[in-house]
Amino acid sequence: MRKNKLSNAIILVGLAILFILAPLLYPNQSVPFQMMAYMALAQGINLLYGFTGYLPFGYVGFFGSGAYGVSVLVLLLHWSVIPAVIGGGLVAVAVALLLSPLLRLSGAYFSIGSLAASEIVYYIVSNPNMQNITQGPYGVNLAGVYAPNTSYYAMLVILLIFTAVVMYVKNSTFGMSLLAIKEDPVSAAMCGVNVVRNRVVIWLASAFAAGLAGAVYGWYVSVFYPSSVFDLTISIFAIVFTLFGGGGTVLGPIVGTIVLYGLYNTIGVSSPQYFQLIYGLLIVVLVMFLPQGLTSLLKRRGINVP
Amino acid sequence: MSTFLFAVVSGILFGVFFSLMAIGLNFAFGVMKIVNLAHGDFVMLGAFGAYYALTVFGVNPFATMLLEIAVFLVVGVGLYYGIIPRLLRSDDPEMLSLILFFGISQVIEALATLAFGTNPVTLPTNALGQLSVQLFGQAFGSSWVIGFLVSVVAIGLLYLYLYKTKMGIATRAVMANRNEAAASGINVNRISAVAFGIALALAAVAGVLTPFMLGGIYPSVGVNLTITSFSIIVIGSLGNPVGTVVGGLVYGLSLLLMQTYLSSWANMVPYVLLILILLIKPSGLLGKGARNA
Repeated sequence: MRKNKLSNAIILVGLAILFILAPLLYPNQSVPFQMMAYMALAQGINLLYGFTGYLPFGYVGFFGSGAYGVSVLVLLLHWSVIPAVIGGGLVAVAVALLLSPLLRLSGAYFSIGSLAASEIVYYIVSNPNMQNITQGPYGVNLAGVYAPNTSYYAMLVILLIFTAVVMYVKNSTFGMSLLAIKEDPVSAAMCGVNVVRNRVVIWLASAFAAGLAGAVYGWYVSVFYPSSVFDLTISIFAIVFTLFGGGGTVLGPIVGTIVLYGLYNTIGVSSPQYFQLIYGLLIVVLVMFLPQGLTSLLKRRGINVP
Repeated sequence: MSTFLFAVVSGILFGVFFSLMAIGLNFAFGVMKIVNLAHGDFVMLGAFGAYYALTVFGVNPFATMLLEIAVFLVVGVGLYYGIIPRLLRSDDPEMLSLILFFGISQVIEALATLAFGTNPVTLPTNALGQLSVQLFGQAFGSSWVIGFLVSVVAIGLLYLYLYKTKMGIATRAVMANRNEAAASGINVNRISAVAFGIALALAAVAGVLTPFMLGGIYPSVGVNLTITSFSIIVIGSLGNPVGTVVGGLVYGLSLLLMQTYLSSWANMVPYVLLILILLIKPSGLLGKGARNA
């Protein structure tokens, strides 16, 4: 346990140093910013998929809800921006609460059901009839609160918090109970685990991560459209990064995001099809030969991965 | 009133076409318990096949259809032997197949984008032939009527295969219980490989009709087609081919009625139907056992 605490502390401090130094070393601040956003999303997916086996294809629905939550709170209700960001995260939690009956479904049903749910949220937000509230398909402009440096560090804080949450869940009895439910919900229930409550708690926590990430993303870019914050590619990237690194570990999503988002940034921006081809093939190879992700290579050699 | 009748009849024409699109996905699930998330991408490839055959070589779409059926059958059988036996041996084949076919879908979409570009392509609607139908004083376009007829024939042939041929009866045995079918001497792998080939061939037939039924075709349309197909088979019950026809009709009718009366919300139809059915009756309209987590 003490060993875990030490390695967890090293990971958190390492992440903080990496992203504090990154804008100084890398000319374009938005690249490390987006990497942090994807890393936070990957940790959110990790909370859900790594510990319960639910794979939410519609995860971006919470990200978009967060971004639109912050825009409505700032533009319509004139909140100041930090409470609005937290409010945006809570909007995503509210959406998740509304969608929590989805957890009754299993496997593919859940994945595609959540995808459909996020499309519904997208169509509601982007509908021209909603122009008074969300400005429909025409996008929102948060230029009044635009603050790239502050929002950059806000994203870092969110990333660190949710990495710490993953660490907590991984080493707590709560996390153990989730893993027990993942293996066999009936047996877990018979051992006194509250299956429904635990699943809902981790589902809401995961949605909160995406909502906060989306809210800060909206604040950082300050001009965005429904099609850009509800873009399915965001879900897909976060899922692929998590799967690549390995779910159920603290390090997996971090490594996955650094490697694959780094790759995306090198080749994906100019020719996204080649990147899509590479990660498509990568998924196929992973499922066939390494279903537990990169970090399982270390685990197989008996090395403990935090 | 005539608007309503027009919406209902077109809903039925459309619905049966969507049943055809979804039935391959359902058939593969019924036999192998895998979710082919690349199904819509195979439909998209079939559509581009028809487009290039007609515009470059001047081949009639029906000839393309026969050719594509043969090609997709072979591809399906090959793909089956390449990946699925290995998947079925793993701990959680349903979830892994979902992720794996999601990867395949991304590969197909990327290759299609490299090959065809991102701009939508369309075909003239009269390329399928002329066959206009008058009903209730309304004229229905020939492409819709022909698309409907081809869909009925293709679904009928699948039905004949399943109920009248020896292979088909063996396929139904595998659908009912894979292990017991194997124990009674059925070559489960061969049956499943052919079933996967047929599933892709059905996607190809739907694909050839797609440019005529839905208009513009572009590489990323595959995801939407997969979700729509999945909604339809869930509405009708996974693994039940008759249910898919019911699901297609429910979808077609609701889509066309929404487009007629509430057009700005019509895009949401497949998603809302899917969520409603998943939450109210996850086993589908014709399903027996529920599949709760």
